[in-house]
Amino acid sequence: MTLLALIDCDNFYASCERVFRPDLRTKPIVVLSNNDGCVIARSKEAKAMGIKMGVPWFQIERTYLAQGGQVFSSNFALYGDLSGRVMHILEGMVNNIEVYSIDEAFLDLQHMQANSHAYEFGIHCRNIVRQWVGIPVRIGIASTKTLAKIASHITKQKIGGTGVLCLRQQHHIDHALKNLPVHEIWGVGRNLSKRLNDLNIYSGYDLMQSDTRFIRDKFSIVLERTVRELRGEQCLKIQSRAELKKQIIVSRSFKKRINDLEQLRPLVSNFAVRASEKLRHEGQKCLQVSVLIFTSPFSNHAQYKGFHSIQFSSPVSDTRSILAGVKKALNNCFRPGYSYAKAGVVLSQFSQHSIIQGSLFDEMDQSIEAKQDDGLMRCIDAMNAKQAQVYYASQFPGQLSSTSKMMTSPKYTTNWLDLPIAN
Amino acid sequence: MTINYLGSISVDDLPATFTKFFLEPVSVGFPSPANDYLESPIDLNKYLIKNNVATFLIRVSGESMINANIGDQAILIVDRSLKPRHGSIVVASLDGEFVCKRLQLKPRLCLLPENPAYKPIYVQHGQDLDIMGTVTAAINKFE
Repeated sequence: MTLLALIDCDNFYASCERVFRPDLRTKPIVVLSNNDGCVIARSKEAKAMGIKMGVPWFQIERTYLAQGGQVFSSNFALYGDLSGRVMHILEGMVNNIEVYSIDEAFLDLQHMQANSHAYEFGIHCRNIVRQWVGIPVRIGIASTKTLAKIASHITKQKIGGTGVLCLRQQHHIDHALKNLPVHEIWGVGRNLSKRLNDLNIYSGYDLMQSDTRFIRDKFSIVLERTVRELRGEQCLKIQSRAELKKQIIVSRSFKKRINDLEQLRPLVSNFAVRASEKLRHEGQKCLQVSVLIFTSPFSNHAQYKGFHSIQFSSPVSDTRSILAGVKKALNNCFRPGYSYAKAGVVLSQFSQHSIIQGSLFDEMDQSIEAKQDDGLMRCIDAMNAKQAQVYYASQFPGQLSSTSKMMTSPKYTTNWLDLPIAN
Repeated sequence: MTINYLGSISVDDLPATFTKFFLEPVSVGFPSPANDYLESPIDLNKYLIKNNVATFLIRVSGESMINANIGDQAILIVDRSLKPRHGSIVVASLDGEFVCKRLQLKPRLCLLPENPAYKPIYVQHGQDLDIMGTVTAAINKFE
């Protein structure tokens, strides 16, 4: 039987804010999205105050602050550094790890078959991460990813427990699934759960008992996999880092709404430039570039979501090619008459092959891909990594980040001027 | 303070790893004969940091540890993975503030300054003390 663990950092962003602020150990903390738009993380004290995930900040600002709550703009320099430390520790503990998100990782515990060993490993893991980095984590151990998610979810509800749960014996699994509403299961959202409820499937246990054939026909092969995983049959394998990264996304919300293309283009170009830098940093080339533009879901004006992809005939990593693709994609998905609040650039279909295959039919795009100057790009990346800034003509000169970030904590671990102070 | 003149230093006195970087010219035509012997430059990180994922830098404010060679504005290398012992220099959070002091475990728990002008901090019952990590080195900059 397989065995794996899900390590999940507790209220990660809020916990990061506490590492260098011992005075906030028991205070409510919320962290806001880029642009301070809405709440994206809450400490358990903030949750207890009834602050909901995703709530717009302006709606709760007054009452929250009046009750002594602490607020931070997101400080991704800090979160990224601490996350990297946590993942690095975990990587040193097992052979195979999948970093699933900034605050979650799946660990392969194949070599630990005895239940007691796995549990002790979980406790050890939790203590080390807590001691070395100062971040509290919860650990769910089970035979499949879906069950490990559930185990970690259950530890969240137990107050004062060890933070580690081994969900392996069938009667424990049954008991847990009977008490679990079906929408809490990984991959089953609210919409899906409504349709399941109509078929009298309310709990995780009901779903586990469902006929796989029926689920596949009525829903999808993805949900069928979930049913199998609930039964302890591993369908989702642990994917190492190399296989995992399949796209690069750079997106931001704007300080103020943008109506016309001429204003939008330089900002989207900025995202494209940043995305291209990341692409080269990964040593990748991409075959597809996409642009996304959104209006604000919180405004009363007409809503629009635009998306367009451009396919290259051969893999590119040169910023100039990506900018040309982005320009085309943006022209295609832009519609006048809307107030745009957010945009993004997505690079996908990676390929490391440097062999350029001639393309017969794509003459129009040849000019875009012909410009692949790795040396020039390396040079510009090196300059931009220092103080100098080399801009492309279509860019908006200035910071990529459109956020105001009035309430950001210091970059304690990445900036000499922001080091924590001891007396 | 007394200063002893030890004599002047010539290039020949420098250790091999130093001279390599000062003396090797940029070659245009022929490959340098030193190429096969290249070693990576001396790395202060390696010298100062044993466990980098558990190590944090903290700046000192004030002179309470001056006799332990930790001056105002010194940068502390703090390793959270080392278990603090009696006599270790630590960074601790005391009532919500970071302090750098010498840890005394016996006869009673106390945070000792290294400067007679400062008083020892006897940790009272009910006070919130949390040892963040052990200070393994301090960097004082003079210029």
